[in-house]
Amino acid sequence: MSPTRLMKTRPSAPALSCQDIRVSFRDHEVVCGVDLELGAGDWLGIIGPNGAGKSTLLRSIVGLTDHLGTVSLGDGGVPRAADVALVPQFPVLPKGMTVAEYVLLGRTAHLGWLARESQVDRQIVSSVLHRLDLSAFADRFVSTLSGGEAQQVVVARALAQQCPVLLLDEPTSALDVGHQVSVLELVDDLRRSEGLSVLAAMHDLSAAGRFADRLILIDHGRIVAQGSPEAVLQSDLLSAVYGTPLTVQSIDGELVVLPAPRRRVHSQKEIS
Amino acid sequence: MAEASYPTTALTDSDSAHPAVRRAFGLSVTATLIGLVILFAVGLLSATSGAAGLPVKGVFASLFGWIPLLGVESTLSATQESILFEIRLPRLVLGMLVGGSLGVAGAAYQGVFRNPLADPYLLGVSAGAGFGAVLALGFGLDLGWGPFDTVPAAAFIGALVAVLASMAIARGGGASPATLLLGGVAMAALFSAAQTYAIQQLDENRAREVLSWLFGQLNTTGWKQIWLLLPYAAVCGAVLFVHRRHLDVLRVGDDEARSLGLDPVRSRLTVIVAASLLTAAAVSVSGLIAFVGLVVPHIVRLLISHSYRVIVPLSALVGAAFLAFVDIGARTLLAPSELPVGILTAFVGAPFFGLVLWRDRWSTT
Repeated sequence: MSPTRLMKTRPSAPALSCQDIRVSFRDHEVVCGVDLELGAGDWLGIIGPNGAGKSTLLRSIVGLTDHLGTVSLGDGGVPRAADVALVPQFPVLPKGMTVAEYVLLGRTAHLGWLARESQVDRQIVSSVLHRLDLSAFADRFVSTLSGGEAQQVVVARALAQQCPVLLLDEPTSALDVGHQVSVLELVDDLRRSEGLSVLAAMHDLSAAGRFADRLILIDHGRIVAQGSPEAVLQSDLLSAVYGTPLTVQSIDGELVVLPAPRRRVHSQKEIS
Repeated sequence: MAEASYPTTALTDSDSAHPAVRRAFGLSVTATLIGLVILFAVGLLSATSGAAGLPVKGVFASLFGWIPLLGVESTLSATQESILFEIRLPRLVLGMLVGGSLGVAGAAYQGVFRNPLADPYLLGVSAGAGFGAVLALGFGLDLGWGPFDTVPAAAFIGALVAVLASMAIARGGGASPATLLLGGVAMAALFSAAQTYAIQQLDENRAREVLSWLFGQLNTTGWKQIWLLLPYAAVCGAVLFVHRRHLDVLRVGDDEARSLGLDPVRSRLTVIVAASLLTAAAVSVSGLIAFVGLVVPHIVRLLISHSYRVIVPLSALVGAAFLAFVDIGARTLLAPSELPVGILTAFVGAPFFGLVLWRDRWSTT
């Protein structure tokens, strides 16, 4: 890796930091004072069981949920849609909208009050489509895409926003294992080539360990562990948080999280 | 490792955008031209048909005679001239303005409510305007002021009161599209009831006069109604035109729209206010013309594109052509008496819409 690349992907300043984020729905606090710091060019994974507050945390960072505490960018500013792009867990794919039109929506935050796209905007959308190998899809309706294709298109729209920070909310939960890997590889490629910083809520703990530089484990709205994947992916810790026995194995240097083997009851006949 | 391909700087080749991106970018030139040609043909047909037939050539010559430096002399007689400029053209232009306004307002309502059944009368404009007109026509309430006649003024005020009331009661519920829609339903019911009660109190002649207003008509007295409607059509039309892209962003829902950088509540309110003012102005000069605002955007959507970038401007063209065309029938079918154009729009529009729907099902399966 050349020194310039190092400069680009690893500047010292954080891309995004959150202090004491708290979110309550009625009287129930679902995010209870979360601090986090996302380094520029880093991939920070948020893991935790359903209902732990992962999505709510992401939504509060982009201002979709009322919250207490502060969210600030590396330069101290408050993040806007031109700074932080969110890939939602269940994106709306409108009927009759083409892939090109959908990706063009990513330019919204960059338009003036007449809301007219310029040459530059079309150019950016074209190269994003090209970059993600979606050029052949550009005329297809988004509502007719398969799950994996749709997820790529949503990522393309987020890229068209040209934000230095990309938030992913369970980006692969609806995909088969092949598409899970390819979408995450794609994000990882983009992170390295475009210098993006990625904050991703992830269900798949093995994938989280594989792609993220650092992990945050959340339970009941609180951070219970954070650090390198090796530090966070501990079987007793995960078993306690997820409420089921889990084992962590290292296969060829990569951590794999699996449910602990079930004690199977075999009949004598089957064994012999 | 691959070099960064992020297109922030190298933008020298200006025309290398993907064709689909270029298409997504704007309005189809072909569709616009076809729309304009149809509008022009309808206009010509309307100007030349009626009890007194006007020659096509003469109409052309007379119109071009107004353009200085062309040196074209009108070949129409003085009577024909006055029929053209004081009867035919005002009515034609009013029909186009009202039809275009209802088409655009319908497209805007369908966009903000994300509901295919939305039409310009959704928030109680029709019921409010009807109630106002009933009061003015039936009870001799005098609201005339300056250039504004009593009935249009009363209808306009009634329409705005109903819309504002819908928005006010929905605001308490958070002003989501669904709440607004329910607010509109409630206000429409309230004003309809008031209107029906008021009509019941009238004697037969007055009631008939009120009903003929409610069915919609394009009776003009010279160019007066046009000057009343034109400012609203220009300003509200421009606002809706600028917001057509916002309507596309709103198609992905409020949350995603906000994360893309749009304030959905503000956009929605701006669009609703502009579309409601436009509808109220159109209704005040023409009565309640059914179906145009509901069906015209759907026709554009089914035939050309689902994008509001296309639907908003083309709904103006198609709405204008549609109402002007139907009005030819309203004037001539039962001549010398007239059919209410609001009834005829539904008679013509419903089967045509059915045909478009049927064709759409045919082509997608």
